Amino acid sequence: MSDTVSTPLGETWRRLLRNRSFVIGAVVVSLIVAVAVLAPLIAPHDPLRNNFRTRLQPPGEIFWFGTDHFGRDILSRILHGGRISLIIGASTVVVTGIFGTAIGAVAGFFRALDEPIMRLMDAIMAFPAILLAMAIAAVMGASVTNVVIALSIATTPHTARIVRGSVLVVREMEYVEAARALGASELRVLFRHVLVNVTGPLIVRLTYVFAIAILAEAALSFIGVGPPPPAPSFGNIIANGRDFMIVAPWITIFPGLAIIAVVLGLNLLGDGLRDVLDPRTRI
Amino acid sequence: MTSEAPLIEARSLAKVFHRRRLFAAGATGLRAVDDLDLAIHRGETLGLVGESGCGKTTTGRLLLRLIEPSAGRVMFDGHDLTSLDASAMRRLRRRMQIVFQDPYGSLNPRMTVGETITEAFIIHGIGDRTERQQRLNRLLDRVRMPRTAASRYPHEFSGGQRQRIGIARALALEPQFIVCDEAVSALDVSVQAQIINLLQDLQQDLGLTYLFISHNLAVVRHISTRIAVMYLGRIVEAAQTDALFAHPEHPYTRALLASVPVTHPSHRGRRLRLEGDLPAATAVVRGCRFAGRCPHVEDRCRSVDPELAPRPGGGLVACHRVADRTLPWSATHP
Repeated sequence: MSDTVSTPLGETWRRLLRNRSFVIGAVVVSLIVAVAVLAPLIAPHDPLRNNFRTRLQPPGEIFWFGTDHFGRDILSRILHGGRISLIIGASTVVVTGIFGTAIGAVAGFFRALDEPIMRLMDAIMAFPAILLAMAIAAVMGASVTNVVIALSIATTPHTARIVRGSVLVVREMEYVEAARALGASELRVLFRHVLVNVTGPLIVRLTYVFAIAILAEAALSFIGVGPPPPAPSFGNIIANGRDFMIVAPWITIFPGLAIIAVVLGLNLLGDGLRDVLDPRTRI
Repeated sequence: MTSEAPLIEARSLAKVFHRRRLFAAGATGLRAVDDLDLAIHRGETLGLVGESGCGKTTTGRLLLRLIEPSAGRVMFDGHDLTSLDASAMRRLRRRMQIVFQDPYGSLNPRMTVGETITEAFIIHGIGDRTERQQRLNRLLDRVRMPRTAASRYPHEFSGGQRQRIGIARALALEPQFIVCDEAVSALDVSVQAQIINLLQDLQQDLGLTYLFISHNLAVVRHISTRIAVMYLGRIVEAAQTDALFAHPEHPYTRALLASVPVTHPSHRGRRLRLEGDLPAATAVVRGCRFAGRCPHVEDRCRSVDPELAPRPGGGLVACHRVADRTLPWSATHP
């Protein structure tokens, strides 16, 4: 029934709390965010301090997750690395959210611009996102900002497509026609009646963008075009441990597990949101 | 019929919907409304009937210029709507409103009832905060909704209540003319009656003019002072309600009226059934558009398009055989 589209906040919130994957995802993600925010307070060691006497220590009492080839504490590096990974994820979500919504809304609402805009988006989408991000990051150089820019360019077309699709549905609703009959301007119709009703699918998409960005950051770091060392991110901790994978597997295993936890949490969160907010995916 | 100028009038109105295709050359569009003439007089309720897809809804939208006509003109109280610029059109919108069929799709789910109704005041800069609140309360009273409804969201209401909210929104700007597009079709029968009574009371109190679009003949007969029958984008017959129901002239009107189920078993006579389907509106029609399904068709019907002409007993009808009185009376209407 149509109640799935039209539920206001209170009811949506109740349904979310009854959704198991949303609750688990939300708990996991909140924990990770809390740990990343509190990293300077709870990290047992300095993530950047080299100590050659403690090189390649296996997990133990002092270094819970072991140390890398510079003797840096892996646990502390993961806690701090989470900050950069989350900052990249969150920034990509914001940038993609703004541009994807703007582009999708314009294409869906002003139909004359639909073809040119969406063909351009298709052209960008023709490249696999990760390849595109790699190419852009490689050209622009390694920095957190450039990684965010590269990932935003790679994730915007799909987001725009989702927003456009929802706009196309909502713009035909009778309440949009009613607003026009009252004499509402096109901008008023777009903002007050159309965009507010496409937030569901958009929120869902942005949750996945968050997960994609964190995974992609790891991949970019691994091949050396991510945020530059020595500042840790999930990806470059793994990249650093690559040469010692046989003798010191803990350097790569623990950040890998961290990535799994974040991405799994975000995906569960996204699945839960999708089930509740986006009725078209329901059976 | 009154001699006074109609409140709203369609002249040779047409709407062709084209499929948007990149490489379509010379594609024929869908002729939803085709050379339609219609006049609605002050204070009357014109019922617009016809089967699904005949262009009733498109006609309603065209009269309010919610969609742009492909050809023809709409005159509203002396103004040619089709020639107005955006700001002049916006001013005129205060005088014409619409009530929709779907009580679920016609209210923005993210806006409270109060926001939905008062949006009209914001758009037209009417009143300050307190005056808007007063007007909102009066409107809710008028459609018999509790004032507390204003702060609640549409999904908290039933279909009939939502329809009242939609009516309140339409009344907010104190219009003269309201298009009721299947306004009761989605409701339960008992609720239908309430909404129809409400619409009739409002008409009396506020002197409204209605275009009542419906496929439900019983409802249309009840509420309308005059009825126009539409077939494939054009009016084929229009007359006062009683005259139309007593003596339907056009073969399509006869078939349409005969299609209403009779509840009493002993009154069941022979039913007049139409053969075939509604032809595709994309086809180019020569002659009478009803010729393909008409039981009384003649050769000329297939080549010459009949004009709307005065009909016996008042009103207008577009049929060659009615015009020269060679149409036999059908068995269902002796």
